[in-house]
Amino acid sequence: MIDVIFIGLSLSSILLLIAIGLSITYGAMGVINMAHGEMVMVGAYSTVLCGIYLGLGVIFAIPVAFIVTACLGWLMERVVVRRLYGRLLDTLLATWGVAILIQQAVRLELGLSFFGIHIKGLGPGLQNVPIPDYLRGTISVFGADVSAYRTFIIFVTIVVTAVTWFLMYRTPIGTQVRAIMRNPQMAAACGINVSRVNALTFAYGSGLAGIAGVMMSGFKTVFPAMGTPMVVDGFLVVVAGGVGSLMGSIASAGLLGQINGVTASLTNDILARALVFGVVILILILKPQGLFSFKGR
Amino acid sequence: MAITRRKFIVTTSGVAAGAMAAPYFFTKSAKAADEVEVGILFSLTGGLSIIEKSLADATLMAIDEINAAGGVLGGKMIKPIVEDGASDPKTYNEKASKLVIQDRVPTVFGSYTSASRKAVLPVFEKRKNLYIYPTYYEGFECSKNVVYTGAVPNQQLSNYIPWIIKNLNKKKFFIVGSNYIYPREMAKVCKILIEQAGAEWIADEYLELGHSEWAAMVNKIKKSGCDVVLSNVVGDSVVAFYREFGNQGLTHDKLPICATVTSEIEIAAMGAEFAVGSFTSFPYFQAIDTDINKAFVERYRKYVNDSTAVTHHALESSYFEVFLWAQGLNKAGEATPAAIREGMKGQEMDAPNGHVKIEAENLHTYLTPRIAEWLPDGQGKIVDEYPAPIIPLPYVAYGETADSLFCKEGGLDTSKL
Repeated sequence: MIDVIFIGLSLSSILLLIAIGLSITYGAMGVINMAHGEMVMVGAYSTVLCGIYLGLGVIFAIPVAFIVTACLGWLMERVVVRRLYGRLLDTLLATWGVAILIQQAVRLELGLSFFGIHIKGLGPGLQNVPIPDYLRGTISVFGADVSAYRTFIIFVTIVVTAVTWFLMYRTPIGTQVRAIMRNPQMAAACGINVSRVNALTFAYGSGLAGIAGVMMSGFKTVFPAMGTPMVVDGFLVVVAGGVGSLMGSIASAGLLGQINGVTASLTNDILARALVFGVVILILILKPQGLFSFKGR
Repeated sequence: MAITRRKFIVTTSGVAAGAMAAPYFFTKSAKAADEVEVGILFSLTGGLSIIEKSLADATLMAIDEINAAGGVLGGKMIKPIVEDGASDPKTYNEKASKLVIQDRVPTVFGSYTSASRKAVLPVFEKRKNLYIYPTYYEGFECSKNVVYTGAVPNQQLSNYIPWIIKNLNKKKFFIVGSNYIYPREMAKVCKILIEQAGAEWIADEYLELGHSEWAAMVNKIKKSGCDVVLSNVVGDSVVAFYREFGNQGLTHDKLPICATVTSEIEIAAMGAEFAVGSFTSFPYFQAIDTDINKAFVERYRKYVNDSTAVTHHALESSYFEVFLWAQGLNKAGEATPAAIREGMKGQEMDAPNGHVKIEAENLHTYLTPRIAEWLPDGQGKIVDEYPAPIIPLPYVAYGETADSLFCKEGGLDTSKL
């Protein structure tokens, strides 16, 4: 039984890792960031390139990927997103376009493949990231053998969530972000530099996606389109959990992950997936604002 | 001057007809007499492009080689028209129609997935054109308009299952696959063969195509008490599967994965250390130790300008099928689909995987089944191979044997199903 719960926990942690950045950008800024999956992909490619050119393993790739994707997110906010605040559907289309651009940039090796130059680690093919020996195989937790790598992901997710909670609820900048979430005009009237805070928030959310990418690279295939299905899962968690609520994201990731894990173990993965979608629909019918929601003013 | 509705319709339809006819006249007049045009239809973009691009490259390389050696029909050059299926069956159908109706090519080489082949099939059957399909597939198809040069289930499994039971001494199979037609048909054949050999299968499980979350499935495998895993998993799921398998502490020396789809490409993508000691059954491996294959690998690497490129079964079929086609065309003497099909019947040659021959009755290909064990360098070590090519039986799951073919010259004998 412990191993089944562990699988659920592991699925939850992966969902949360992907969703947490999204919950910040979507919740705080009202931007449907379709490029979030591509940020995950960029994070994964950062890991691949770190391994090839710097000889760094998965753990040291985490800060690198965070910085790379945060910079990319910051750039995206400056160039595209900031012109679209308050236009929800436009942000969806624009960020989708950005997503395609990023995917193609990786596929075409930043355009260099037109000139016959190839960068090892980029391009349309599949890449792989070796994982260090101490994260391979299993470790024993309460008498059950569980995957060491998945345990590591759970650990990283806990750290990331704790840091995010601290930033959002215990620092001045977090207070400003939460003020903007509730009412941007009023926040601006109170002297908060909304545009600066928004840029930082977006960069931070993207950086978290980069960390998720590093973790994903350890057991998924790294290829340019890898982020697309992940962003769907991410939105599922955010919408079911309640937009802009950290607790909501944690609760819904936990719930959906456990439902998926337990159902998959008892029956099969296909049914588990269907059940997860069913539960999300049910949540949205009963609580259209999601599990944890607050009133915007 | 007032434009009446009737006048408007007459004029515009005249213009439209002219516009529609124009490309036809242009292509007709532009077609040089010393060329034979053929269509190449693979996904050059999208999720499947990683594999399909290599198939397109192999096909084009074969065309280049034939042209360099003097072409077909006594000196005509083959001119490929390359279209992109974009990993989408609907696009496949549109591009196939374009190649057949507008470009009027007598043959199209293409498709990797069964989904894309099924999508273009109506075009070729309706227009009586010819499609040449290089990929191993699930069988259960009998079309007069397709020549199949990849393996069918009996060529991948009839040697494999008895070998696993006898040589690896395994008795309990866990069958796992992606949830679509190919793995499900393969599982059917597996079960028949497993029962014939006196072993048992204890589970038959599926995961969505493209799904990469294997935790629950691998845990199930772990607890099922099986002693061998038979994998019909397809695509990038393969990579996640082998990685999860290793990460949950399972090893191939105790519980080997015996796969039907895992090729050199997937092994390279997952990192060979996750596959060491597992097995795959294919008629072709890059490691086949013959001069003709080594030269082929060498030429392919040079052609794609990548010194580490890998070759695999569907790629090799994409290559040799062009030669069989050229032989058929030369025999036919004219570049029409029906004549080429007649000409291709019974054509044979020495391909990189060994001797191949088109079976005249069902237009599938004789191939030599082989089993390889994966080594740390990402290459297979061939541990078993048939002494000679065996006959293709696309309906083996339904009781087809070499003496009683279901798919014949005259079409499918439905009374036997």
